Amino acid sequence: MIGRDQIPEELGRYALLGIALCYLVGLVGLPLVVVFVEALSKGIGSYLHSLLEPDALAAMRLTLLTAAITVPLNLVFGIVAAWAIAKFEFRGKNTLITLIDLPFAISPVIAGLIYVLIFGAQGWFGPWLIEHDIHIIFAVPGIVLATTFVTFPFVARELIPLMQSQGNDEEETALSLGASGWQTFSLVTLPNIRWGLLYGVLLCNARAMGEFGAVSVVSGHIRGMTNTVPLYIEILHSEYNFVGAFAAASILAMLALVTLIAKALLELRHPELRGGRARHA
Amino acid sequence: MSQAALAAEAPPSMRRARDRPARDFRILPGFGLTLGYTLVYVSLIVLIPLSAVFLRSAELGPEKFWQVVTTPRVLASLRLSFGASLLATGINAVLGFIIAWTLTRQRFPGQRLFDAMIDLPFALPTAVAGIALTALYAPTGWLGQLLTPLGIKVAYTPLGVVVALAFVSLPFIVRTLQPVLVDLDQEVERAAETLGASSLQTFRWVVLPSIWPALLTGIALGFSRAVGEYGSVIFIAGNIPKVSEIAPLMIMTKLEQFQYSQATAIAVVMLTVSFALMLGINGLQLWSQKRRRYR
Repeated sequence: MIGRDQIPEELGRYALLGIALCYLVGLVGLPLVVVFVEALSKGIGSYLHSLLEPDALAAMRLTLLTAAITVPLNLVFGIVAAWAIAKFEFRGKNTLITLIDLPFAISPVIAGLIYVLIFGAQGWFGPWLIEHDIHIIFAVPGIVLATTFVTFPFVARELIPLMQSQGNDEEETALSLGASGWQTFSLVTLPNIRWGLLYGVLLCNARAMGEFGAVSVVSGHIRGMTNTVPLYIEILHSEYNFVGAFAAASILAMLALVTLIAKALLELRHPELRGGRARHA
Repeated sequence: MSQAALAAEAPPSMRRARDRPARDFRILPGFGLTLGYTLVYVSLIVLIPLSAVFLRSAELGPEKFWQVVTTPRVLASLRLSFGASLLATGINAVLGFIIAWTLTRQRFPGQRLFDAMIDLPFALPTAVAGIALTALYAPTGWLGQLLTPLGIKVAYTPLGVVVALAFVSLPFIVRTLQPVLVDLDQEVERAAETLGASSLQTFRWVVLPSIWPALLTGIALGFSRAVGEYGSVIFIAGNIPKVSEIAPLMIMTKLEQFQYSQATAIAVVMLTVSFALMLGINGLQLWSQKRRRYR
């Protein structure tokens, strides 16, 4: 058995490994490295300087604010939707799950467009909003709405399969022992789903802070006012301020790295979380 | 799952008795409240806004709609978005398979790191990916420098669009293939080899038939993401009208010119394709789950 055949076999194996790693490094690894190299290309001084620009700080504040509103909204929705879908049987359940998945399948630009059609100057509520001096499009509420749309499946999609696999037995036991509905949820269900919840929140937050297309449509790109970090990167890049653009990008890249590490640690400890992941965008 | 299977096999009278506890006596509280909240939230955030796209484009009327969608510039952008997505996912189908294969079947140093790298396109914001890929593949960039003497221009050409879309769609294909490759019984492959099959024959007749549904699912998921991708593409594409302008950018341009109904017409075309893809993906996933269960 061991003989001439074995050598080309081994060679093929190494060739495959080589191709796989080259492709992975060239397409995924190098872009990450280049962000930090470009950001630090003029030294650490100008790196820090461009991060401490008032416009950069304003962009970071807006990104944090947006995530601070959208993540809790979608967290509550995720838990509520997962409770209804995983714990009960009802007609149209699969349609509802498909609807929750919908934002994953839609272009971010279209996600922004739909809110312009409703709240924009020529939109359904446009004239009314102008009359009452309420700003949604080209203002912070529009950014929050668009971000909520694109991040809204993350928590729900993580919790539904998890809660389905856990079944209702523990909750039913708690209820029969006299626990109230809220006690059952907070003392039985919540501890059971906490890791899945954290996993979903992590992905939801990463996307909320990094969303570009949808936010770009509704923001109006007003410096220091409606620029999130991704939009700020685009502006600096179009002005050929590459150090500034990559410095801001490095903040988001670090966020991505922290997210990936936390995700990997969670998966190591709780392998059941790995399921159905390919759906996440 | 096993309970449902049992219920399906049981005679009708028994089946009803088994189904009933779940349906008729809801022990757990909060069904009405949670379902109601879910429905309201989904309607407010997704359904009503999405219906606005279709209602708005209906204002155009079929003739005007067709006129907008078949303008040479719009048509070129749609062709580029779909063509480049198809090419990118096609390349990833081959290389993504090789990556998934080496990650599941070989042991090598740094394996965990490479495995974690697959998820980077999910986690890295698209604008960051866009400027990084542009810096890499620009004529003066690390990889651009190597490719320019060969006469290959990536940045600011349609090829750049393909590279950006390959980046965003890679994890979908690798992550759908990995679990199937892990489950695949290696005994069968070894049996094929002992019976004298070459590696290629084993791949063609043993491996490929079992991973086919998962591969198609991954391709469809990656394609659906690539078609709508905006952030990573616009930096590297150069956005030359009729050459390297993608459909989402076309929507953006129409919006900036305040031509809302034209923008929605393009959006309707893209949404229709997205919905069709989603139905297809659901079907594919059912199919591949069934096949995995029977093996």
